[in-house]
Amino acid sequence: MTASEGDATDVADLTGSLVGFARTLRAAGVAATHDRVHATVAAAGALDVTNRTDVYWAGRLTLCSGPEDIERYDRAFAAYFNGQLAPPMRRVPPVSVVRPVAVPGSEQSGSRQSDEETVPASTASRAEVLRHRDLAALTSAERDEVRRLIEAIDPVGEPRWSRRHRPSHGGALDPRRTVRAMLRQGGEPVRLERRTRRVRPRRLVLVVDVSGSMQPYADPMLRFAHATARRRPGTEVFTVGTRLTRVTREIRDRDPSVALAAVTRAVPDWSGGTRLGELLKAFLDRWGQRGLARGAVVVIASDGWERGDAALLGEQMARLNRLAHRVVWSNPHRGQPGYAPMTAGMLAALPHVDSFVDGHSLAALQGLATVMSGVVGREVAHA
Amino acid sequence: MTSPSDLAERLEAQGYLPDEGVATAAYLAIVMHRPLFCEGDAGVGKTSLATALAATLQAPLIRLQCYEGLDAAQALYDWDFPRQLLHLRAAEAAGVTDADRLEAELYDRRFLVARPLLQALETTPSVLLVDEVDRADDEFEAFLLEVLSDWTISIPELGTIRAEVPPVVVVTSNRTREVHDALKRRCLYHWLDHPTFDREVEIIRRRLPDVTQELAEGVARVARDLRQEDLLKTPGVAESLDWAEALLALGARDLDPDKAAASLGAFLKYREDQERVSSRLAEWAAAG
Repeated sequence: MTASEGDATDVADLTGSLVGFARTLRAAGVAATHDRVHATVAAAGALDVTNRTDVYWAGRLTLCSGPEDIERYDRAFAAYFNGQLAPPMRRVPPVSVVRPVAVPGSEQSGSRQSDEETVPASTASRAEVLRHRDLAALTSAERDEVRRLIEAIDPVGEPRWSRRHRPSHGGALDPRRTVRAMLRQGGEPVRLERRTRRVRPRRLVLVVDVSGSMQPYADPMLRFAHATARRRPGTEVFTVGTRLTRVTREIRDRDPSVALAAVTRAVPDWSGGTRLGELLKAFLDRWGQRGLARGAVVVIASDGWERGDAALLGEQMARLNRLAHRVVWSNPHRGQPGYAPMTAGMLAALPHVDSFVDGHSLAALQGLATVMSGVVGREVAHA
Repeated sequence: MTSPSDLAERLEAQGYLPDEGVATAAYLAIVMHRPLFCEGDAGVGKTSLATALAATLQAPLIRLQCYEGLDAAQALYDWDFPRQLLHLRAAEAAGVTDADRLEAELYDRRFLVARPLLQALETTPSVLLVDEVDRADDEFEAFLLEVLSDWTISIPELGTIRAEVPPVVVVTSNRTREVHDALKRRCLYHWLDHPTFDREVEIIRRRLPDVTQELAEGVARVARDLRQEDLLKTPGVAESLDWAEALLALGARDLDPDKAAASLGAFLKYREDQERVSSRLAEWAAAG
């Protein structure tokens, strides 16, 4: 039974309440855009508008676009159509991503800045010094500059052969273009056209540890992830702490500070502990094995400080290694003098890591980008 | 067809048992002429929904399996070059010299090979299944979007081909990659869940009438329990059906632990999963 012949006021009422519902839904984090609401009204019109179940399905089918939307939708629907107020949207208290830093006593930021103004000639060497400075020990002026420089890094995935072809001078015969050219020449095979496979960069997947022990390094790493995701569509970014959060959508904003603020809102577990093995398992079960990690370059940025079972971490790293083209582990402590991978987590993970690199300075992040592009050969770090 | 429940009855007659959500989604896809975008775990019945819809609507099912590198010549249309060449030679032999006429003849509809998307627009009624769209790449999504939003395909040499009545379209995805929002916005979105225990028993009995009630319940019980657990690959309805069929072929009347262990490969596809489960088969058999 369709309700399109029904009372016109009914439909108008419904449209009004659906628009209100869409607002509630947007507050709950579902992208209920205008055109989608339009479709909802049409869908409800094709069903029975007086039937609650029909209205539920009309909305769910047109307003949701992923399984994570459905839970939010159900909650918002129950709240709105029971005449209650919209449930308070999940408001994570805004956590500032800017971390207090230990300023080395000898260097006052004020004097450094006056240096900058009076002695421009030293900029190059100063930039070089900055490149190698530990990200945890920057003054706020230096941090701003490092952030700008991180945004300029342009990581690109290691190339792979695509299944698409492009015209070329050498290579296999391209039957389609050859015959096409023949048709133009009245059926004479004047020249043979050839083709080769295109080359495409591999997908990049970044898993950033945002737990307490990574505090000073999580922000630069996420900026690195932002630079990557902006320039390389298809890049996937996840954070791990006490939970696994996919922040690919949040980090896509053009403006790095807006993107980082969105990530902060989405990540519920800043500065908690890490259960890397468990979260890596969640990542592989939900995303990795289905295809996200297949053939990709996967970067894990973590200090390997595992609160859970190290054996599980080893097992999951082996699984990841079987799926991914290359597994890169960036550890901020590796670059510090006298570092040796001693934590149980790091020891369990290392046999399954293709490249083990630094992650404590701008230079280290630039190096990481080179490793991701596959320019540097596989170096397996031995503990 | 007047309502979702009416469609549900007709789908049931074809051996597909939809729940309320699937029936409503399919009904809206038909009456609103919108593609239905189905996601869900592997084996929950995304592809078989399209098959059942085609049988219900008595329309041919046109299937496009997606893969990386799928291009317009394989998805939309292609010119039949060898035939065009033959035609050219034949015309020359017959002494045709009018170049304009020849060219017009060469790019005639009869030399056009319709691939699935064009076939679906030209066939009324029809059900188009775009399977595993997440396996295709961005380039493919771009022209799929054009076809699904306007129901037209423009061919430079020939003009625009428009569907008189848009086909019923089912797009499936396993979420290995996020499909572009622009495509999803044109579609109705439905997330398919695993069926309930009772429904699964019913599905097995309906599809495999020779399977006994005890065996169907045994298989559905194992499937239901295992879906709560942490396996590498959760079995879907498709696997339940395979397993029930395998057990049937072995002559099982109920969930016989030996036969179940011997045919476990039809149900679980990872060695680790099989090891975890095989020791407990006797428990499940006894539970029935």
